[in-house]
Amino acid sequence: MCDTCGCNITPGNKHLVQAGGKLARTQDGKAAVTVLKNLLSENDHQAAHNREHLDQKGVLAINLMSSPGAGKTTLLEATIDALGGDYKFAVIEGDLETENDAERIRARGIPAVQITTGNACHLDAHMVHQALHQLSLDGLDILFIENVGNLVCPASFDLGQHRNVTLLSIPEGDDKPAKYPVMFRAANVLVLTKTDLLPVLDDFDPDKAERHLRELASEAPVLQVSARKDQGLDGWLDWLRAERDAHRHRLAQGETLRPAIQPDGGRLHALKNESPPHSHDHEHGHHHGHEDV
Amino acid sequence: MIRRWRPSGRTGMHELSVCQGVLRQVAVIASEHQASGVESITVRVGPLSGIEPGLLAQAFPLASAGTVAERATLIIESLPVRVRCKSCGAESETTPNRLLCGQCGDFHTQLLSGDEMLLASMELTT
Repeated sequence: MCDTCGCNITPGNKHLVQAGGKLARTQDGKAAVTVLKNLLSENDHQAAHNREHLDQKGVLAINLMSSPGAGKTTLLEATIDALGGDYKFAVIEGDLETENDAERIRARGIPAVQITTGNACHLDAHMVHQALHQLSLDGLDILFIENVGNLVCPASFDLGQHRNVTLLSIPEGDDKPAKYPVMFRAANVLVLTKTDLLPVLDDFDPDKAERHLRELASEAPVLQVSARKDQGLDGWLDWLRAERDAHRHRLAQGETLRPAIQPDGGRLHALKNESPPHSHDHEHGHHHGHEDV
Repeated sequence: MIRRWRPSGRTGMHELSVCQGVLRQVAVIASEHQASGVESITVRVGPLSGIEPGLLAQAFPLASAGTVAERATLIIESLPVRVRCKSCGAESETTPNRLLCGQCGDFHTQLLSGDEMLLASMELTT
């Protein structure tokens, strides 16, 4: 829910939630109300705020998801080393404990905010919003959000990002997309990491991993990278450059982009039941003060 | 400057945070209707939503205690995973990790149902 402007009741849905709206009395005098809102609409609203704010600043936000230890931070380090001269980056790090990952990023001269979630298994839009307020977004090209290492929960929460990157490291096995369909369905690109281990862990078949991904009706590209051995980075860097350029172009057209995280089925179903579409003619913008990190 | 903090009131089970989010929505709607209580809450949760119905049901009494919905029954509806083929147009029922067309086997499909996470309806005492 929006804490700032109270915009969770929109022109599109207020007829549902206000008395006298879609309201029917049952025989015993109870009132039945049809709602048809996303269970996470509170989070989604905050995410929409975040995205709008990032768009105002022309920043492309990329959410990195994977198991713990798949190499998210190492991929970021290699990315910073390769593109740090051309692009301005910032990083939000999510972990249950420690400042370790943010320190690794800061050691490369890149601003990083660490969110320690305690026991929480995922980042949500509210946590990211708080972290955004500790970053200067001016002149930034790409904001990376490194989610909590977890192949389950992060896939269900929109943070306000534009793209999802899912990493799968070779030691994890090529059947992970079949085992964790919700996560891998959310990927806009699948990056196979630690590919220098393929000769040793030869039971991992990259084609099989891709096949499992296709079985989730995903057309996402599959890249192979070994950040440590500097192999295959070009494909990843090209993808990033293309995404950043495409985002600038979209913004110039007054458009934005949501990642594949939002359930199509839920939306279709809501439409079938004549729930109005979520209207955004209200303002999300509010004044944001940002500290420099 | 604080760069690191611990968000308060969160737990490890994401179904509990989903539940708390739903209950905040329920409280808003109940108060819009000047309801004194909530009798039932119906949610639709598909197998591809990432939300486990069993865990949601378990989390509900914990999350609802002391709220306007503390006596409410949580009704969880699940819908089958269904896809429509973009190539041949056929609609078929399938499993969460095999979203292929049941007719021609193509992976270019659109999900019709199975990833719902909707607060569908509520029954209020007014």
